[in-house]
Amino acid sequence: MSEAMPDTAQEPSVGPDAGAKPAPAGSGRTLTGPLRSIRTYLWLAGSVLLLLFPFYLDRFWLQAGLFAMAAAIGAIGINLLTGSTGQLSMGHAFFLAVGAYGYCILAGESSTENGHELSGLGLPTWLAAILAVLLAGAAGGLFSPIAGRLRGAYLGIATLALIFIGQHVLFNAGSLTGGFNGRAVPPLSLFGFTFDDTEVVVAAVPFQASEKLWYVALAALAFSALFARGVLRGRPGRALNAIRDHRIAAGVMGVPVARYRAGVFVLSSMYAGLAGVLLALVFQRTVPEYFGMVLSLEYLAMIVIGGLGSVAGAVVGAAFVTLLPQVLTHYSDSLPLVSAPGTGGLTPGEASRYLYGAAVVAVVLFLPGGLTRLKKPGEKK
Amino acid sequence: MTTFIELLLGGLSIGSVYALIALGFVVIFKATEVVNFAHASLLLAGGYVTAVLHDDIGFWPALGVGIAGAAVVGSAVEFCVMRRYRGSDHSVLAIVTIGVDIVITTELVRRMGTEVLSLGDPWGDDVVTVGGVTLAETRIAAFVAAALLITVFLLAFRYTSWGVSMRAAAENPQTAALMGIRLGRVSLSAWAVAGALAAVAALFLTVFPTPGLERATSFAALKAFPAAILGGLDSTTGALVGGLVVGVTESLATGYQSDLSFLGRGIGDLAPYLVMVAVLLIRPAGLFGTKELARV
Repeated sequence: MSEAMPDTAQEPSVGPDAGAKPAPAGSGRTLTGPLRSIRTYLWLAGSVLLLLFPFYLDRFWLQAGLFAMAAAIGAIGINLLTGSTGQLSMGHAFFLAVGAYGYCILAGESSTENGHELSGLGLPTWLAAILAVLLAGAAGGLFSPIAGRLRGAYLGIATLALIFIGQHVLFNAGSLTGGFNGRAVPPLSLFGFTFDDTEVVVAAVPFQASEKLWYVALAALAFSALFARGVLRGRPGRALNAIRDHRIAAGVMGVPVARYRAGVFVLSSMYAGLAGVLLALVFQRTVPEYFGMVLSLEYLAMIVIGGLGSVAGAVVGAAFVTLLPQVLTHYSDSLPLVSAPGTGGLTPGEASRYLYGAAVVAVVLFLPGGLTRLKKPGEKK
Repeated sequence: MTTFIELLLGGLSIGSVYALIALGFVVIFKATEVVNFAHASLLLAGGYVTAVLHDDIGFWPALGVGIAGAAVVGSAVEFCVMRRYRGSDHSVLAIVTIGVDIVITTELVRRMGTEVLSLGDPWGDDVVTVGGVTLAETRIAAFVAAALLITVFLLAFRYTSWGVSMRAAAENPQTAALMGIRLGRVSLSAWAVAGALAAVAALFLTVFPTPGLERATSFAALKAFPAAILGGLDSTTGALVGGLVVGVTESLATGYQSDLSFLGRGIGDLAPYLVMVAVLLIRPAGLFGTKELARV
C-alpha cells in the first residue's frame, strides 16, 4: 500500500499530458518494481521452505511449528478484536476450549474412558471440525449482548468471567469433556485419508501425524491469514479501525457500531475455535487445565509483541511466544541461567515467561508498532 | 438460620477484604485511567515479604515491611513502566500491566514453589461463639481491619490535600496540572496506596480457614476485579459495595453448595463472575459507575 502512495499522489499534478512527464511516476515505479518482485520471491521461497519442512525437520521442531501455527490462527483472531477494533478480550482461551472440545464431542464416539461415560456424536471428522468452528462462533454470538455494549476495561474483565465459566464447565461436565483427565481427540480424516500416526512413506520420509498435520495447519493458517487480511483491507476493516479510534465519530459517520462489534467478536471466536481444533489435533488429548487464564494472557502477549492490528504481527508474535519455551527447552543444556526442570535453576518455562512478559513491556515502551514494524513507515521497506 | 447468619457474616468479612483490593484498583484507575491487571501480583508480593520475614522479626514488623514492600513494588511499576509510556491508548497500558503481572507472578511463584507459606498471624484457628453463631477470629479481625482502613482512606480522600489533588487529577488532569498539582506524584502515590492495601488484603486472604499463601492466592485476589467492575470502575463506593456483594455471593454459594449440586462442584468460585455478568447486562457501567458522556 505505502509504495503505491507516491504514484497516486503525484498523478493529479502531472495533469493531462502524463505521457510527456514520465520521470516522477516512472522513477517511483522503477523503485517499487524490483522491490516488489524481491518480496514476491521472498514469499515464494518462504512458502517452499514451509512446504519442505516435514521432509527435513525432526518431530520435535514439527510439533513446535504446529503449535506455533495453531497459535498464530488464534492470535490473528484476537488481533482482529483487540488490535484492530480495540476491544480488550481476556476470554480467548474459552473459545479455544469450545473449538477443541466441540471437535472432540462432535467427532468422538460414545465410549467409557477412565471410568467416565463419554458421549459423542460420531460425525465425520471434517464435518466436526467445521461445526466446531461454527460452535465457537455461536458461543461468541451468545456473549454478544455483553460484548456489544461494554467497552475497554469493563469488557476485559467481563470476558475474564468466560474463562472461569469455561473452566467450571470443563471440570464438571464429565460426560462431555472427560473432566480433569480430558478426553482423547479422534484423528482428522479427509476423503479417506487419516491424519494419524500410521506411517506413510513419502519420498523415503516416514510421515506420521505431525508431518501430515503440518500441511493441514499450513493450509488453515494461509486461509485464515488471507481472510483476515481481506477483512482488514476492505470496508469492514476501515469500520473496525474507526470504531477503535473513535467510537462515537464512527457511529456518526454511519458505521453500525454495535453490529460490527458483535460481528468481530463472533469472527474472532471462530478463529479461536479453528485454533482450538488444530491444537486438539496436535495434542491428541484435550485437558481442561490448558485452557486457563494463562493461555488468554499469552495470546494478548503475542499480539502486543508482534504488533497490534496487523495479521503479520499476530503470526510473528505467536511464533515468538510459542517457540520461545521450546527453544529454551531444547537448548537448556547449553544456555546460561536456564536448566532442565527439577534441577533447581530457572526452568525453560519460567525463563520464557520472564522473557515474553518483559518483551510485552519493552515492545510497548520502545517499539510502539510491535516487532513487525521495526522500521518506520517512511523508511525503505 | 444459624448457618445462614454464619455464612452471611463470613461473606461480609471476606467481602470487606475484596473491597480493600478493589479500592486500590479503583484508586489507580481514577488517578491514571489505567486498569491494573498486575494487582494480584502486588498482593502476592506483599504477602510473600510478610511470609518470609515473620519468623525472624515477628509478625507485626513483618506485616509492616510487607505493606511497605508492596507499596514500593507498586510505585516502582508506576515509575519504571507506566510513566515511560508516551502513547495515549489506555487499553495498551492495560496490556502492559499484564506483562508486568506475568513477570512478577512468575518470580514469586518460582520462589514459593509448591509450598504453602504461613504469614504467622496471631489469631490462629480460634473461633468465637455468640448465641450459637460461630465465627473465626480471623474473620472478625479481617472485617475490623478492612473497615478501619477503608474509613481512614475515605477520610483522607475527602479531607487531606493528597485526597484533594487525587480527586482533582481524576476530574480533569490538564486543569489539575495547570493548578500546580503534580500528576506524576499523584499517580505514584495511587500505585503505592493500592500496593499497601493489597498487602493487607493478602494477609486476610491467607489466614484461617484458608491454608496459607500459595499460587492460588492470586486467583482469589482476582475476585476483586468483578467486585470493582460491578460497583463501577470509577467509584470508591462502588468498590465497597461490589466487594461485599462478591464476598456474600461467594460465601453463600459455597455454603449451600450441596443444595446447588446440579451446578457442579466449585460453584462458589464462579458465582461472583456470574453476578458480575448479570449486573453488567442491566447496567453496563456498573452499579455506581459514571455513565459515559462524550462530546464529539
